[in-house]
Amino acid sequence: MSIIEVQHIGKKYNISHRLGRYLTLRDVLTNVFKNPFLFLKQKTKTALGLSKREEFWALRDVSFKVENGEVIGIIGRNGAGKSTLLKILSQITPPTTGEIRINGRVGSLLEVGTGFHPELTGRENIFLNGAILGMKRSDILKKFAAIVEFSEVEKFLDTPVKYYSSGMYVRLAFSVAAHMEPDILIIDEVLAVGDAEFQKKCLGKMDEVAKKEGRTVLFVSHNMTAVQNLCQTALLLESGSIIKAGPVAEVVSFYLHRGGQNAIRDYQLDKNKGAQIYRISILDKSGQPAAALPVGEDFQIKVEYEFSKAEKNLLLSLIFYSGDELLLYTSESDKKGATNDYEVGRYETLVKIPAFTFNIGYFHFDAVLHTAKAGLDHKEKVNFEITNIQNPRSQFRANYELGKMASLLDYHTKKI
Amino acid sequence: MTTIIRPKKIISFADFREFWQYRELLLFFAWRDLKVRYKQTAIGVSWALFQPFFTMVVFSVFFGSLAKMPSDGIPYPIFVFVGLLIWQFFANSLSDAASSLITNQSIVTKVYFPRLILPAATILVKFVDFFIAAIILVGLMVYYQYTPNFLGLLILPLLLLISFFAALGGGLILASVNVKYRDVRYALPFFIQILMFLTPVIYPPSIAGRYSWILAINPMTGIIKAARSALLGGAPINWQLLGISGVACLILLWVGFVYFKKTERYFADII
Repeated sequence: MSIIEVQHIGKKYNISHRLGRYLTLRDVLTNVFKNPFLFLKQKTKTALGLSKREEFWALRDVSFKVENGEVIGIIGRNGAGKSTLLKILSQITPPTTGEIRINGRVGSLLEVGTGFHPELTGRENIFLNGAILGMKRSDILKKFAAIVEFSEVEKFLDTPVKYYSSGMYVRLAFSVAAHMEPDILIIDEVLAVGDAEFQKKCLGKMDEVAKKEGRTVLFVSHNMTAVQNLCQTALLLESGSIIKAGPVAEVVSFYLHRGGQNAIRDYQLDKNKGAQIYRISILDKSGQPAAALPVGEDFQIKVEYEFSKAEKNLLLSLIFYSGDELLLYTSESDKKGATNDYEVGRYETLVKIPAFTFNIGYFHFDAVLHTAKAGLDHKEKVNFEITNIQNPRSQFRANYELGKMASLLDYHTKKI
Repeated sequence: MTTIIRPKKIISFADFREFWQYRELLLFFAWRDLKVRYKQTAIGVSWALFQPFFTMVVFSVFFGSLAKMPSDGIPYPIFVFVGLLIWQFFANSLSDAASSLITNQSIVTKVYFPRLILPAATILVKFVDFFIAAIILVGLMVYYQYTPNFLGLLILPLLLLISFFAALGGGLILASVNVKYRDVRYALPFFIQILMFLTPVIYPPSIAGRYSWILAINPMTGIIKAARSALLGGAPINWQLLGISGVACLILLWVGFVYFKKTERYFADII
């Protein structure tokens, strides 16, 4: 018998939920009194299922099985439905359709330190957090020494946690969670916090939980190296559906090349324009189209463009933005403003981006053909993702601390 | 142990069993609230003494001495304090239970446990407050030389239980509504204030003369009246009135429980 059986799970949200806007009773009542007929009409429509409310399916028809002792990674882009799936499995939110059977005690760790109270001491928080995670008082007492030792905060056990550094806080919180010993452990991206030393320790502990103790683990992470090391199998979610499942190496490599079709963008040619870009491709180091690129490898951007009349003094620029729309780099300057003259016909420009230019995360760029004064063609928002493979820096710090750039600098130190 | 997760869930006996399984968490939440409250206030535990004591003093001065509020022949301070003791237990339980889900929002969205634990735990804390405040009552009774009859003392736990049902029932409804409509909590203190004046806390129900039966609609009336009879003597306990109060509170509890259970699974989505 499988330890987890997920059958045709779907989860629907109304758009209003996603906007995070709070309903107020005042607004509802004012609407009822202002417009009683409209209100009644809407109510009837909803009751009859005619209303066209904006819906969003975070998950749609997801089915899979997990065997006892399996360590399964769940990967996918932001918004693919990973967190929703974990929330349903942890019973925090119910599914809209489908059914799940779980044969065992579930411990879920969607956040480190849930329920920690800043006013309470480390010791008190161990008990509180343990109880919230579903541990019995007697279990906590039994494991208390181990928890304290793992967390390395022994000296501050009787200090309120509001005086803890964020590192200590996370260490203590993870220690409690690491000792809860459920049959099934569900973990969501919690390793994105804490310093590298501790992250390693956490991964080690999880490895121990999974391999030595033979527990079933569901693990969500953006850290592909961690997923590959820890898991035997993986699921790839995209827009709420499983698009690939199987051995971890296969799924991860599929995910990294999944960008394949997005990695080449074709644009319609407009007859009235003299100069235009008709294709932009992102190529990995071996020249294969890929929109997800390992941080430690070179990649290339190829821009193909066409002139229906000769142009002089033109520049091709790439303008890079981070996923949160921060302008990172306008790259025409590396050509020292050098312009080109073009004859009628097609051209291609290959731009090589060295390894460790951008840090892990989502990025996009615009490609612009322009003169010093005016733009001739502007293609916006070509997306790519830099993934966490072969990243020496992630051993030392969490990704969010690493920033947007990944250049490895030389530190020359000598005694003076 | 097999768990089945489905879109819809019906209220079943399993809910009560689950609640029992999580009883330790209930105590932990109550313990946390107590601990944090007494750490955050400078005067600590004595806060639970000061608050009812000063309310009693102020009410005695203004309503008792200045306004000459009738008190069925009982010294006004002790008369009003019995009312306040029960009323504050009820009112504080109600308002804290109503906001219990929102104040623990970060836990509700990250961990599963029977949500009923949260409002229930806040009310547990109020029991502690009640017993601390009851020390003042003992002092007052010694001062005014009142000896409660023995039967009266036996009935107090029953009265407290009925108030608990009323507060939990109302609290469950308000907590669910509060999750959906965020403005309810601003109206709530006002609503509770009004409710106090509709309950014979600072006046005896006899003040309403032949209309006093209207006050009896409010289940807290029967409880406070019975508490005064039991502790301070005077009129005998009106069992019929108390019975009606008890049934009304049980109905309120049931309605609150069913409503809470129906809405509980979606708290994490909309909170």
